[in-house]
Amino acid sequence: MNGVHDLGGLHGFGPVEPEPDEPVFHAPWEGRVLALNRALGFTGAWTLDTARAAIEELPARVYLASSYYERWALRLERLLLRYGLVGADELAAGRALRAGPPLPRTLTAGGVGAVLARGSVERPPPAAARFGPGERVRAKNLHPPTHTRLPRYARGRRGLIEAVRGCHVFPDAVATGAGEQPQWLYTVVFSGRELWGEDADPAATVSIDAFEPYLEPA
Amino acid sequence: MPQRVRALEAILAQKGYVDPAALDGIVAAHEHEVGPQIGARVVARAWTDPPFRRALLADATAAVDALGVARGACPHLIAVENTARRHNLVVCTLCSCYPWDLLGLPPEWYKSAPYRSRAVLDPRGVLADFGLALPAEREVRVWDSTAEVRYLVLPLRPAGTAGWDEAALAALVTRDSMIGTGLARRPPDGAR
Repeated sequence: MNGVHDLGGLHGFGPVEPEPDEPVFHAPWEGRVLALNRALGFTGAWTLDTARAAIEELPARVYLASSYYERWALRLERLLLRYGLVGADELAAGRALRAGPPLPRTLTAGGVGAVLARGSVERPPPAAARFGPGERVRAKNLHPPTHTRLPRYARGRRGLIEAVRGCHVFPDAVATGAGEQPQWLYTVVFSGRELWGEDADPAATVSIDAFEPYLEPA
Repeated sequence: MPQRVRALEAILAQKGYVDPAALDGIVAAHEHEVGPQIGARVVARAWTDPPFRRALLADATAAVDALGVARGACPHLIAVENTARRHNLVVCTLCSCYPWDLLGLPPEWYKSAPYRSRAVLDPRGVLADFGLALPAEREVRVWDSTAEVRYLVLPLRPAGTAGWDEAALAALVTRDSMIGTGLARRPPDGAR
């Protein structure tokens, strides 16, 4: 979706402000929100891509006005409601009012290691890769109203396949409940001028990791 | 928000969906275990062990796995090397993708709109926000982490560190140098 999360290339947000000696969490609740999201993610109630999409589906002004972990908290509430694990009355009451449906699994204190490592999303390829390193491609001009990982700034732009990264779970499909539909993934590099015009830094290049359905020969 | 999150945790614990002790474990691991010191060990090894450096650049997942410094397998990991001709910078314009198994949780600025919006449009301007000025002819390559591939920048080894051991070198490797918004620390004058 063409959401406000797709920030690449926008003006108006001001300078980057690094924080010296930044703590891991700025308040204890931030750590609890992270842990709650990880623990619920582990249960298999929803996928990583569904969870990312749920942040993008926050109202635009809420997304922009919320801190990072505020977005994570709001996203978690929305997913719990959507999947029927928690009722709006329970959120309002601040306590459980009934038993919820069972989950495939839950995270125990002894199993925390399972959420401290990233999982692989590589899958056996259903077909040979369409593109190879060195080939010229164009990112398609796509505007799906649902989750996608093709940033707007790259759409319609010509780039070069730099590497084939394997066949991965396709976020666009998973996020809509259509299954994993694994797709080849490529690192595609664009010149700064192709993306941003003649005034762009001539010594800057930008790459994205693009799934095969995002690309066409150029 | 603190009260709202406390209520959410209570509801989920009452329903048996989360174990507060497991949540404690996740928080503690991020506060005390998983952090940029892991990535720094990888970088310091690459600086001192040429075969490891080659292995890291060829297949970072396998190389880091063999080194045994991370909690898991670090899938889809790519190491990108800074050279005299090219400087690498990593961003996630769409959310906050980051090699957290090697660097810990991303800093606030990495997840912020100013960084995510400008890193691809004006990378040198972003580097300037970090006080970093590179020669105009040096290529700046921005890696937008739009899928599950994760990028670790292998910074240039600072001058004046010949003969240093891995532990001493690791202390020079900053988090920002592994994202590309900084360089590795220079050794203090007395230590050269």
